[in-house]
Amino acid sequence: MTPQRQARREQLAAAPINIEVSHVHKWYGEFHVLRDVNLAVSKGERIVICGPSGSGKSTLIRCINRLEEHQKGNIIVDGTELTNDVKNIEVIRREVGMVFQSFNLFPHLTVLENCTLAPIWVKKLPKKEAEAIAMKYLERVRIPDQALKYPGQLSGGQQQRVAIARSLCMSPKIMLFDEPTSALDPEMVKEVLDVMISLAEDGMTMLCVTHEMGFAKSVADRVIFMDRGEIIEQNVPDEFFNNPQSERTKLFLSQILNH
Amino acid sequence: MDLISSLLELAQDYWPQFLRGLWTTVQLTVLSCLLGFCLAIPLALARLSKNWLISGPALVYSVCFRGSPLLVQVFLIYYGLPSVLLQFYGGDVPAMRESFFWPLLNAPFMLALIAFTLNTGAYMAEPIRGGIQSVPNGEREAALACGMSPRLLTRRVLLPRGLRIAIPALSNETILTMKATTLVSLVTMLDLMGAAGRAFTQTYDSKVYLVLVPFYLVLIWAIARIFALLEKRYNRYLVRKTV
Repeated sequence: MTPQRQARREQLAAAPINIEVSHVHKWYGEFHVLRDVNLAVSKGERIVICGPSGSGKSTLIRCINRLEEHQKGNIIVDGTELTNDVKNIEVIRREVGMVFQSFNLFPHLTVLENCTLAPIWVKKLPKKEAEAIAMKYLERVRIPDQALKYPGQLSGGQQQRVAIARSLCMSPKIMLFDEPTSALDPEMVKEVLDVMISLAEDGMTMLCVTHEMGFAKSVADRVIFMDRGEIIEQNVPDEFFNNPQSERTKLFLSQILNH
Repeated sequence: MDLISSLLELAQDYWPQFLRGLWTTVQLTVLSCLLGFCLAIPLALARLSKNWLISGPALVYSVCFRGSPLLVQVFLIYYGLPSVLLQFYGGDVPAMRESFFWPLLNAPFMLALIAFTLNTGAYMAEPIRGGIQSVPNGEREAALACGMSPRLLTRRVLLPRGLRIAIPALSNETILTMKATTLVSLVTMLDLMGAAGRAFTQTYDSKVYLVLVPFYLVLIWAIARIFALLEKRYNRYLVRKTV
């Protein structure tokens, strides 16, 4: 282990826990999607979750901001437990940003309006202030010149960067990424990953469901492998990729790395 | 040539009546469509409610007003409402005339407006409901993920999106309502159709109805223009890629 890795590890060990998932189960009807999932995420930690399709990785991060409801176990986000209390859920969602595979921008609003909608109506910021913040983050994702266009006029990579900026405008403490590059053409993947890397460098707590193994190797503090609703294996990237423990992980890695 | 000159003659004789009729038709169409639209939004939202105590009555309303002929509704309201009011006052006509509702029910125009508003509201609610339902689920989730409450989601995302989707269907409904206003000529009102009807009883010349046609064509053209402008204003986000 390199000294930087060692230092990073100690730093994370000392950081407070930001997300705590304990003994979480979830069913879709008969189908057991999440089986006894346990996960603690420190403040500032970058986690990549991978696994075959249907393994429950998207469901897990969607449970963290309650887009999905879990049926058993607890999830505590930033000190608040996710329960049926609607007010609690809204408070947590304000602190947790989410980026989707299909961008999900509001097509009838301009890029700038997409970024100011929630700050104006949820955080009750004055319009001028919300716009200033939005422009700051649009610069950060390097598309301030597109602010007055509609999402339909942008490329997929640009739309996804707008979606990231839209989330950042709520100044979240945690960012969830649900396969953010899976719907993109290969040449646009990099521009989105670059934005995510720069976020990681700023110390944002990040959970990414992704199959971008290069991103996992260079950015993640921990890689988690899920299969059939369970966390099969988790480790630092070097160990995870060079020395996988379980057969299922080995099989998955051989499939994903050798195509 | 004979036809044209006789049409011009009719138009010359009756144009003041026709213009007054046109004004009534325009007022009735514009007011009933605007009020009907205001009624349609809560109706559409009620139909979408998960609580059947809210969605049930909205469904009953929708079935009743879309399930019976408009002429029947016009007659029921025109003849029915005033007699209901009279019964409410126990047949005491002077007391009824003192009532708050009397000015509303005294004028044929107001009664027709009530009937048309209730009817077009029921029809307009459907495309609005469909528009809201066709907002992709991902956009709903994105709004929720920003911490929006269900109310805010409806007000700031679902309604603005759904109404935009509904604009073409609403323009259809407005045109149909405009043409349906001809029915009020059957309850003593002198709208365009009523003016033509009166001219016909004076001349027994069926060509008066032909004089009517250009008036309606212009009205429909105007409605189409208004909705084209609305679409241009509100649906400019629909970037045309090809075609």
